[in-house]
Amino acid sequence: MNVFTLIKTMLLAFVLLGFAGASHAALNIQRWTTAQGSAVYFVENHSLPMMDVSVNFSAGSAFDLPETSGLAALTHHVMALEAGGLSEETLTNRFADIGAVLGGSFDADRASFKLRTLTAEQAAALTAFNLVLHKPDFTQSVLAREQGRIVSALQEAETEPDSIAQKAFMRSIYGMHPYSQDQNGEISTVQALRAEHLRQFYQTHYTAQTAVIAIMGDVTTEQAKQIAEQLSAGLPQGPAVAPVPPVATLSAPTVKKLPHPAMQAHILIGQPGNLRGDPDFFPFYVGNYILGGGGFVSRLTEEVREKRGLAYSVYSYFMPMSQLGPFQIGLQTKKEQADEALKLVRDTVQQFVDQGVTAKELAAAKDNLIGGFPMRIDSNSKILEYLNMIGFYKLPLDYLDSFNQRVAAVTVQQVNDAFKRRIHPEHFATVIVGAE
Amino acid sequence: MKKTMSLTGPWLITALMSVYALPGHSEIVQTTLKNGLKIIVQEDHRAPVVVSQVWYRAGSVDELNGKTGVAHVLEHMMFKGTKAVPAGQFSRQIATAGGKENAFTSKDYTCYFQQLEKSKLPLSFKLEADRMANLQITDAEFAKEIEVVKEERRWRTEDKPQSRVNEQFESSLYRAHPYGRPVVGFMNDLENMTAEDAREWYRTWYAPNNATIVVVGDVKAQDVFKLAAQTFGKLAAKPLPARKPQVEPVQLGERRAIVKAPAKLPYFVMGFHAPALKNGQSYAEQDWEPFALEVLSSILSGNDASRLSQKLVREQAIALEIDTGYDSTNRGQTSTFEVAASPSEGVSQEALQKAIWAQIDEIKTNGVTAAELHRVKAAVIAADVYKRDSMFYQAMQIGQLETLGYPLSLLQNNASRVQAVTSEQIQQVAKKYLIPEQMTLVSLDPQPMDPNFKPAGKPHQH
Repeated sequence: MNVFTLIKTMLLAFVLLGFAGASHAALNIQRWTTAQGSAVYFVENHSLPMMDVSVNFSAGSAFDLPETSGLAALTHHVMALEAGGLSEETLTNRFADIGAVLGGSFDADRASFKLRTLTAEQAAALTAFNLVLHKPDFTQSVLAREQGRIVSALQEAETEPDSIAQKAFMRSIYGMHPYSQDQNGEISTVQALRAEHLRQFYQTHYTAQTAVIAIMGDVTTEQAKQIAEQLSAGLPQGPAVAPVPPVATLSAPTVKKLPHPAMQAHILIGQPGNLRGDPDFFPFYVGNYILGGGGFVSRLTEEVREKRGLAYSVYSYFMPMSQLGPFQIGLQTKKEQADEALKLVRDTVQQFVDQGVTAKELAAAKDNLIGGFPMRIDSNSKILEYLNMIGFYKLPLDYLDSFNQRVAAVTVQQVNDAFKRRIHPEHFATVIVGAE
Repeated sequence: MKKTMSLTGPWLITALMSVYALPGHSEIVQTTLKNGLKIIVQEDHRAPVVVSQVWYRAGSVDELNGKTGVAHVLEHMMFKGTKAVPAGQFSRQIATAGGKENAFTSKDYTCYFQQLEKSKLPLSFKLEADRMANLQITDAEFAKEIEVVKEERRWRTEDKPQSRVNEQFESSLYRAHPYGRPVVGFMNDLENMTAEDAREWYRTWYAPNNATIVVVGDVKAQDVFKLAAQTFGKLAAKPLPARKPQVEPVQLGERRAIVKAPAKLPYFVMGFHAPALKNGQSYAEQDWEPFALEVLSSILSGNDASRLSQKLVREQAIALEIDTGYDSTNRGQTSTFEVAASPSEGVSQEALQKAIWAQIDEIKTNGVTAAELHRVKAAVIAADVYKRDSMFYQAMQIGQLETLGYPLSLLQNNASRVQAVTSEQIQQVAKKYLIPEQMTLVSLDPQPMDPNFKPAGKPHQH
């Protein structure tokens, strides 16, 4: 391996660790709006000579039309390759020459870009970062090549049991809703995209008014203001995009069995779950820790793995989005025992919904979630991710400060009520790839 | 998910020590208890948390034929209870303390860790000291857990065509050296493994004199040493088996293999034997070849504008993905320089291999540019700072270096050794090691997605 790969590995680890959560009382989040209307979230911290900045847009795959599925992802992807009339090689090296790292993330709601740089190299790093955000080139040759690469990746995904399962599951729980779409698009729609589509999408979705900027690290408030103004000023102007439409709940169960030569069956079951800012967010968060989120101490892991050795990994999660994100339960197990494992998972969930959690389970869950709070915000990377989430989903500024309080306040009754009211195993979508 | 396994080698490498004096960071300090247990502490007061890791110098490199995978199986069994802390309770106690925990096994080591609020470190030491000496491996728990490990192998390897290629690649590259065997073990060996095999492994290798504790966080080193003496200090040292040198016989010509599996994209790995940085008594400041190989790997595929990606993915568009890999540090004292790639639609694997050779030959002939060397240097300097944002990563670097047998001073001088690499040195290692007669090439031959498809050869017993 090499130094660059190492950095990517580090960033990936941060993203994975930085998911879900809170902050501590001493975290002073400053918030303001730029002249062009971008919301800014900033935490000043000089303990390391480095800075992270990210810019988030409502430009995820939920904003794709069925006939141009993949447009949002391709736009985001190509923006990082070429900008300001510079060649790809020159642009990449603008970052590499100073040890800066250009990153980003993409999901159904959100497209974002992220810059990590040494304080000493901040000016040059921001100049390059601004080019990416303000002056994407979308040249035909680069676009055509990347379309080919994405199509190949989509073709490969059609052979992978986990990818097949995930795609079928999203179709099952979301029907025609935009969340059902493959984030990378379909082979036929990706092939049909043209530079004009990307330019148009960029102009309408990467606007100053909708941008949410997060800054973390070794800069003063004054510097952060300048950085945010520059980032914001060069973005397209335009109205807010229409929000993601509401998600319909499931009214009948579905079962999809898809053949596959793999040795294991890949099983997914679930339904639309909850959203950011959901009134049931904390009851679901704490409850799911008990059901299948708490690693080794969850009921699903206890029943499926610890007691019976049926799977290496079994989990449940809520992924709150701007609209109801997936509530998903998953496992892989050898084909011969897929039916047995699936029945066990169904029974475990049904019992959870019917009979609820115990006071003892709730107390243990709270101990972990509250006691683990300091680890949620122990790095610049994790804090930046919280700034992104709070800003993008317009969560209250005290989200982190009040997190432990709100976990502590959850009652057995609230958990049981939320699951009973909103989780309906009798309507679950089921996908089995590699069914016997 | 807990109990993971690192199939790649240690990703330690070049990104080491700080050239800056960073506020809030102290020197790395260490002590050794009378029973031989080493404790290394890096104070880091940025947040009120602590990372605690226990490293055992026991990995798949120490396994014997017929018992491959036992190091990793034992890692799973380490969560299955002692007399004082019954099965499942280790995880529950850490969870109740607000902690995260996990473990991973590699070719060279097995590591267990917890991430906790700083006041909870005593719990970590108490539990880890207990299972260092008092693990109970019952037949009943083993019978369940070995099934979990088999599912893990199916998931990681059996059903992933590129993992199959990587496994075949290592087997082809190493005929005698234990690096040729998969960390997760062969399915046959897992099917025939017994609880007694796991017990034997535990008795042999789990001892304070074969372990290192690494703590990074908002702690005082002297307090950590005291705590370690009170907990781990009570354990007795054991005689450890002699570790014999395992030297791979010289390769006498090119080797090729093909893996057929249901997939769409062709993929291949081409690799070469390459030296590792000498460890232990043989460690030497003038050992430069591994650093030259690190820099060569970065210049070939460090980022999207590096040579292979820039020329073959971007300009010629004959590759979809291309990456190089080289680990300079390990216990096995032999390493691999490898290039893995997928050709673009309509491009043959042979054509892409030829193009890769052309890029390697270009460096052999003309060397690399000052700008390329500068870029590697910039990345190393930046990584020295960025890594400080992760206590866990800092602990990983320390634990790996110590366990692999390198002095911690390498953390201090790594950057300067990378920066000292010259274009001529890169040419030299390319000419010496990246040669056709020494190539091992394993290719994926994608097969149709017929649900009735079975790989050729002897099927696994179930």
